[in-house]
Amino acid sequence: MLNNVGRPTRPGAAGGDTPSGDTFTGNKALNLETPLIFEQGVKGRIGVDMHEPKQVKSCLGGLERKQEIGLPDLSEPQVMRHYVRLSRQNYSIDAGFYPLGSCTMKHNPRINEKAARVKGLGDIHPMQPQSSVQGALALIDDLAHWLKTITGMPAIAMSPAAGAHGELCGVMAIRAAHDAKGENRTRILVPESAHGTNPATAALCGYKVDPVPAREDGRMDMAAFKAKLGPDVAGVMLTNPNTCGLFERDVKEIADLIHSVGGYFYCDGANLNAILGRTRPGDLGVDAMHINLHKTFSTPHGGGGPGSGPVVLSDALAAFAPVPYVVKTDNVYSLQENVEGDSAKSFGRMKTFHGQMGMFIRALAYMLSHGSDGLRQIAEDAVLNANYIRVGLNDLLNAPFDGVCMHEALFDDSTLKDTGVTTLDIAKAMIDEGYHPMTMYFPLVVHGAMLIEPTESETKETLDMFIGSMRYLIEKAQTSNDTDFFAQAPRYAPRRRLDETAAARSPVLRWSRPDA
Amino acid sequence: MRYMPHTAEERAEMLDKIGVSSVDDLFVDIPQEARLTALLDLPAHAPEMDVDAQIQAYGAQNLAPSEAPSFLGAGAYRHHVPSIVDHLIQRSEFLTAYTPYQPEISQGTLQALFEFQSQVALVTGMDVANASMYDGATACAEAVLMACRVTRRKKAILSANLHPHYRGVTETAVQFTNFSVEANAPSVSGAEDLSAELGKDIACVVVQNPDFFGRLQDLSDLADKCHEVGALLVVVVTEVVSLGVITSPGEMGADIVVGEGQSIGVPLSFGGPYVGLFATRQKYVRQMPGRLCGETVDQDGTRGFVLTLSTREQHIRREKATSNICTNAGLCSLAFSIHMSLLGEAGFAKLAQLNHGEAVAAADKINAIDGIDVLNDTFFNEFTVRLPVPAAQAVEQMAQMGILGGVPVSRLLPGQPDFENLLLVTVTETNSDADVDRLVAALKEITSA
Repeated sequence: MLNNVGRPTRPGAAGGDTPSGDTFTGNKALNLETPLIFEQGVKGRIGVDMHEPKQVKSCLGGLERKQEIGLPDLSEPQVMRHYVRLSRQNYSIDAGFYPLGSCTMKHNPRINEKAARVKGLGDIHPMQPQSSVQGALALIDDLAHWLKTITGMPAIAMSPAAGAHGELCGVMAIRAAHDAKGENRTRILVPESAHGTNPATAALCGYKVDPVPAREDGRMDMAAFKAKLGPDVAGVMLTNPNTCGLFERDVKEIADLIHSVGGYFYCDGANLNAILGRTRPGDLGVDAMHINLHKTFSTPHGGGGPGSGPVVLSDALAAFAPVPYVVKTDNVYSLQENVEGDSAKSFGRMKTFHGQMGMFIRALAYMLSHGSDGLRQIAEDAVLNANYIRVGLNDLLNAPFDGVCMHEALFDDSTLKDTGVTTLDIAKAMIDEGYHPMTMYFPLVVHGAMLIEPTESETKETLDMFIGSMRYLIEKAQTSNDTDFFAQAPRYAPRRRLDETAAARSPVLRWSRPDA
Repeated sequence: MRYMPHTAEERAEMLDKIGVSSVDDLFVDIPQEARLTALLDLPAHAPEMDVDAQIQAYGAQNLAPSEAPSFLGAGAYRHHVPSIVDHLIQRSEFLTAYTPYQPEISQGTLQALFEFQSQVALVTGMDVANASMYDGATACAEAVLMACRVTRRKKAILSANLHPHYRGVTETAVQFTNFSVEANAPSVSGAEDLSAELGKDIACVVVQNPDFFGRLQDLSDLADKCHEVGALLVVVVTEVVSLGVITSPGEMGADIVVGEGQSIGVPLSFGGPYVGLFATRQKYVRQMPGRLCGETVDQDGTRGFVLTLSTREQHIRREKATSNICTNAGLCSLAFSIHMSLLGEAGFAKLAQLNHGEAVAAADKINAIDGIDVLNDTFFNEFTVRLPVPAAQAVEQMAQMGILGGVPVSRLLPGQPDFENLLLVTVTETNSDADVDRLVAALKEITSA
């Protein structure tokens, strides 16, 4: 255990039989602790050598900083060791199986990282003269072509920074289209199983969210959907394949129905991985769909971003796309950066500059690597792997919906009933088995949900071992009365269960000087 | 294909176990008429060697700032990033982890976020910071939405010399809400009396420092006047290195500080991904957007970190959330934090002094050119120059000479004759004296022609 100056709280004192506190340092061989960076600095050290500043008359207008900031001073090797130690406290897709449903944790190829750092791409400035960045604009345009071809859609907005930002782009385009027609529509229909970003986005566009329940088979309830349609409905936000891992069989009827009342069809494209090369959203009646380059096209998640969320648009919405966008005329590329002329209907700008270029480069490298044949194989293997897990577990766990699944397998917690073991306990026990747990308690329409997305990257051996681990734990929960085994998990992680309630009750969100 | 492991035999075996005869049977829920039978009209898969060559070819068509003296700014700045930064962020465990939903096996990301939040709070002079936004402009928009929630007022005033793209993104963000923004016309002199526009209906005033034209201002009086009428002061910082020498927005009385963190640790990368900074006062923390990491203890009492206050967020609150943001700029915030850890108190201040010194020296040389004037009385590392010719044209000519000479104001504020000849010039520690001499020579050549 470390105190707030990064030293052992009780040197040498083994805290009973608890796993921590039994070494002087708090380390356990290769499990190395590191204090906060603020607890390591010593005045006089520095981690960057620089030229001496020129002695000039100040042009700061008397605003020179007078107080110390309070940053710690460290050498480069200290900083190296700190972050290497920190990194080793993380689970990662490179190290092991990460079947986090709805997140598409697939292999992140390293050619993509190299590509993003190519001279003339990784180091160019967004405000360089456009004549000096023709290659960069060509790359964006080529990526746009791949995405439009994959989705069968005529237009695309490249600038959104992540999935939720893409949703905002799509729903703003819908709102702008209605406004342009002088229509004041107030409701947007969102299935109860939707990601939380969907209703949050709709609210930012001034819409009232009208939830649509799920049917017995895990799809949107068509009767309820029809009953909610009306001239005040702006559109529907449907995830397809949906968050239960199922394809919405009625998708074309949904599109026709929403169009028949003058609304638009927003598709949440978080689960695009399952349908690459097997069907195109453009053939399903979609008007707008964001694409998570950081899911489907393997740009690394980086512990929570950056992402990238380009949005494909139908002809009906294309004119409302945000600026900037790339225009190609006579083999010369240019950027339409301001709302004027041809972009007069644009709903505006969403981002400081042109979009997540670093992610564009990685995604294009990934697509070039796969090609049309590889993209289709991605969907087939992702769906194959999910179904393999489904049949490997569905005699022990209850799959709430019958039939084949798409890219992820969903189970509820009904077979854990009366065992005293919860979905959370199973997840934490899976940590000790060396896995990142599946998504838990989402989607909300299923009790104690466990959502397992293996992706196409995994071998059959990995899937068999995972199925074996899950079976071992579920059977243990059902047959032994050893609930403490589960309540104490994880035992072997860098930390045991953390007190999230205390963290939220009196939040400590930053380091403060101990004497402050 | 190198990224997918199954053999044909394995696929057959797995299909058999599932109980279907072909993979097509797994896609039966797709409507018949929408099923693709042929491959998409795109090239076939390619060896890594070929992919590498294709990407290199895109890069070769661009003029790289590493090969041309570059004086570009306007919200994105070229600084030296120590090699260790890019090495560390490419560690598998940072690069290929998801959002830290399972804290027991995500302490690396979480502790780094806690340190990032602490660093951002310190350099902005605020109490707390979040775990990052997409970029500076989206952070600015979120600040306006937050100020409206905090004050329960509906109108924000944007300073005339807020970066035009920040203004654009903010206007876009509020356009379909109950909130509105008003902005004064940009003016290179910086003359505007924001306090005169204040009233009890104003949620916040948004001011950039240094402003879009590079000018610095003391915002203390404005902060007081905002607080007198119950409005918040939002301060925008697009060049975070400036905080190494300038009095922090927090000390001037800001209630929310937002900014672009790209200058510290993040490559230019043609405009993204970058890292939005967002800091505020402790009392407003429950109205903040975005992820927050907090300190706690585990079952054994050992210090650890978790994502916290998630009842503000979309996955819990859905349509009542403080923001729709989910993914943020995790890896860029890590790069920021590593670079800031290397700099430390002494290095951050020195980097800022170095930038200011280079910029002042360059401004003197440019101002000495006949027919060219530096318009700023005050600046940090970016200033506005008036040329005798349209700046857009001058910039193109300089690009032909292999110099990236600055950003024409007209690119961001088009169609305004007053701005046509204005050029934004940024000088950082990456510019040598020889670079500046080449810029001066190029400007002389263009203006004397």
